[in-house]
Amino acid sequence: MNHRPVKIAAAVLLAAAGVMALPACSPIQPWVKPYEREHLADPIMSFSRDPVSTSYIDHVYESREGSRGATGTVGGGCGCN
Amino acid sequence: MKFLSRCVLLLSVAVAPVLATSVDQLRAGAPAPQFQLNSNSGKPLSLADLKGRIVLVNFWASWCGPCRKEMPLLEQLNRQYHSKGVTLVGVNVEPDSAAASDWLKATPVSFPILFDVDSKVSKLYQVEGMPNTVILDRKGNVRYIHRGYSPGAENEYLDQIRALIRE
Amino acid sequence: MHRRRNYSRLVALAGLLLGCAHAGVLPDDRVDYLYHHYTGDGMDIQGPSILVRKKIGDHVSLSGSYFVDNITGHVDTISGASVDAVSGASTYHEERKQESIGVDILQGKTTYSAGYIASNEPDYRARTAFASVSEDMFGDLTTISFGFTRGWDKVGERGTTRNDPLDRRNWQLGLSQVLTRNMLLGLNFETSESEGFLSNPYRLVRYLDCSSPNSRGYCTQAEQYPHTRTGNAGSGQLKYYLSWHAALDGNYRYYSDTWGIVGHTFELGYTQPVFRSWTLDTHARFYRQNHANFYADLFPYQDAQNFLARDRELATFKSLTLGLGASWEFHPTRLSWLQKGTVNFHWDRMRIKYDDYREDWLDGFTPGTEPLYTLNANILQFFISGWF
Repeated sequence: MNHRPVKIAAAVLLAAAGVMALPACSPIQPWVKPYEREHLADPIMSFSRDPVSTSYIDHVYESREGSRGATGTVGGGCGCN
Repeated sequence: MKFLSRCVLLLSVAVAPVLATSVDQLRAGAPAPQFQLNSNSGKPLSLADLKGRIVLVNFWASWCGPCRKEMPLLEQLNRQYHSKGVTLVGVNVEPDSAAASDWLKATPVSFPILFDVDSKVSKLYQVEGMPNTVILDRKGNVRYIHRGYSPGAENEYLDQIRALIRE
Repeated sequence: MHRRRNYSRLVALAGLLLGCAHAGVLPDDRVDYLYHHYTGDGMDIQGPSILVRKKIGDHVSLSGSYFVDNITGHVDTISGASVDAVSGASTYHEERKQESIGVDILQGKTTYSAGYIASNEPDYRARTAFASVSEDMFGDLTTISFGFTRGWDKVGERGTTRNDPLDRRNWQLGLSQVLTRNMLLGLNFETSESEGFLSNPYRLVRYLDCSSPNSRGYCTQAEQYPHTRTGNAGSGQLKYYLSWHAALDGNYRYYSDTWGIVGHTFELGYTQPVFRSWTLDTHARFYRQNHANFYADLFPYQDAQNFLARDRELATFKSLTLGLGASWEFHPTRLSWLQKGTVNFHWDRMRIKYDDYREDWLDGFTPGTEPLYTLNANILQFFISGWF
């Protein structure tokens, strides 16, 4: 059982995002302009359209499974006891 | 650790300083790019028609929350300052104008709305945030650029317009 | 009696209050009323869930929630297993209540969030505090967020003075990235640490080779869990906008922890708006995991290992959930304070097939030869939402 790949991936991601965030270092310009974001702004493209429902169903899964976390929701809890 | 160092190396190579392709920056003091678009009155409107007036160009979309929030405030601004030599122009950036037209029926405004269906003007004005407001002086030069809308920005517009009126 | 002690609700709830916050724009003012109903594996769990969110000024959004689980369960009196209602099973009732508050503060492109959740049941008390920061960058194509959650639980036991602590610490890292005009990517990493009394005081493991077996041929003893557990999870989600105005959704999550559990989650979803005001959703979720190191359905003798578990949650199993949802949107013209509302209904059918958990409540089997258990559950959600 190895946790390191997950931690390493997270670190790399962070570094990449950090670099992209610095305008001076970033050679790439945002490739989707703000006025091209119509589809992305549609509610059906939201990761969680109805948080009250997503939160409930995540809880149902977590209390019956051994896995927990990384559901896009922030928070802590075991659900295993 | 080998995996991590390989990743870091790859990353540094990928983002090695490369000269960004140069783009004519929309700068304060530079002449505003000219354009002509169809308006909601049916007749086309060009920027050249508005020479001699202070122009506030607002880029907006019906799907953009802050844009919708800003509109009534712009309407107020228009009513107050139109007679003082200020023209407000709304440029809708949506390829399909149906949603915008529906929204305007529900929330009408008294200033012209232009439809930039192929995003030509948005690109010309380097719209980098939604909404985007560009204020031009009587000579047709760009003077102020506002990216995005945060509550209270309308007061900044008022200050800047008053300054331009006094010139 | 076996009960499901779950404060995963706290997790999801924390996320609910926290995860909604999108850097750069505060979430909409909204009220949701959900009635949820779960039936399966001998349990009937239902109750309301209310969520309220309101902006104060232009930079602050407050949220609060109230949630109740009314649990009715059937338990086999001999083995203590949670079973569908059969003769010989005893029934119990329990109620869990949970309340929470949260705040999101927007400063330019950064959103700061924090909140507190309190959950109470007769024999379990959970308190959680969470905080996170989220930032929009790179032309608003990228959003990065960091979060930390701290939990303090007290595990009780009916009829005793047990009050054992359980401490939780979770770290989250999230990234949301616009890939194209039609595609979004979401990546999430989370490390969770638990320390303290991690087992269930009522749950038993079973073993053979004992001096006084029960009528089915085995003996039972209390489960023994390690005092710590650390898990890591990483997930990737892709959302794709289809040109005829629909959305496709794919998600994978990998989990592994110090108890030896490795879990894989795969999910696919499809959302289709139809007519003017309806939206239909359908999704399929497949999950599989292997058992914890110290798990066994039947141990050879008493105290066979340092740690012993027979919790279904820690077994080897495959799970498939299929779901359908329908939502109707309305714009009331009479009520000026209500911008829009939706009425929603979701139905999920979950099926879990266990590879190493047997139906130990059945008579007439040699222990260890009982059929493997399959859980079938129906999950219904009915909720109304209002935006104002």
